[in-house]
Amino acid sequence: MRTTEKIDGYDLSTSDTEEVHVLAVDDSLVDRKVIERLLRISSCKVTAVDSGRRALQYLGLDEEIQKKETNGFDGLKVDLIITDYCMPGMTGYELLKKVKESSAFREIPVVIMSSENVIARIDRCLEEGAEDFIVKPVKLSDVKRIIDYTTTELREGEQREGARARRRGINKRKQREGDDDLSSSPPSTLSSSTSSSPSSSIQSATAPLSPSTLDSPTRRLKMTSSE
Amino acid sequence: MDFVNQLQRKFIDYSSSLHREGIVDDQFTQLRKLEDENSPHFVMEVASLFFEDCEKLINNMAIALEQKQGVDFKQIDECIHQLKGSSSSIGAMRVKNACIAFRSFSDAQNREGCLRCLQQLSHEYSLLKNKLQTLFLLEQQIVAAGGSIPRVH
Repeated sequence: MRTTEKIDGYDLSTSDTEEVHVLAVDDSLVDRKVIERLLRISSCKVTAVDSGRRALQYLGLDEEIQKKETNGFDGLKVDLIITDYCMPGMTGYELLKKVKESSAFREIPVVIMSSENVIARIDRCLEEGAEDFIVKPVKLSDVKRIIDYTTTELREGEQREGARARRRGINKRKQREGDDDLSSSPPSTLSSSTSSSPSSSIQSATAPLSPSTLDSPTRRLKMTSSE
Repeated sequence: MDFVNQLQRKFIDYSSSLHREGIVDDQFTQLRKLEDENSPHFVMEVASLFFEDCEKLINNMAIALEQKQGVDFKQIDECIHQLKGSSSSIGAMRVKNACIAFRSFSDAQNREGCLRCLQQLSHEYSLLKNKLQTLFLLEQQIVAAGGSIPRVH
């Protein structure tokens, strides 16, 4: 279980399982049940909500409702947000924007799920800073892949915030003002991080994204889905 | 012992037939893989939620298509979208395909076409529900007889 606060930014502690805590957002009850199970099987802690609004409330970003810190509330740090794109009220895209606009939460990776495999939509989400885009129906392999690189990022990211910012080169809204500069790690670790695998998943998401490559082998874009 | 084996055989055969007939697709198999000793009835639970969802949406669409003052095709489209999504997530292939067909009539705001599609959709839903309930009953019989449900790996 992760520590709830970053009291000590260098708390790399706990041989504890360091369960990834995922906030799952989907208005469909069936889909929520499925994504919850997929995440639990992937050893994550899951909090599932049915709207973008509730997701913001949970994070404490809702202007109208302040999050109660820990009392009676989960209060666990969210490591990853997985959200459906098409939702009444606030779409997953709008939720993504709100999260990325927040200084407190913009570091949290956001993954978008959608039943529609629309290149323009995917592009827009990635440009807004989405970590990944999954075409529904979501499979275990999709979730495992995401959790794998989220876990890797978390481990490495605790040492090198800067490297993560660099890796998000595709994020046009990046300009962080160095407010999350924790870099106290030795240069050798820095250099090994830049070649870490997470970046390849982003590249493979953006690389084949052009109208002529609708048959991209990128599995995650579900080109081979049964539909 | 032999009785359990028979039931298990029956379960496997019936399961295969559902795939062959296109009632369910690979996504259903994917969900099966998520079952284990801790969550032995996961698929049954998701299916129950799906049945409720489906019945509610079909009902709403029937009512919407009845409206004398004019059909709210936007609402119909919304229902179809939801149903297509959840049927896809559970692997209910024929229901999903019925939704896809339905959508084109809804887009064209063709009330007659929609009514036909709704009928087809209801039919596919009933078929799915009956077959899955038969499958789940087999599961329960296996467990009651002391056996374990053949798992997909």
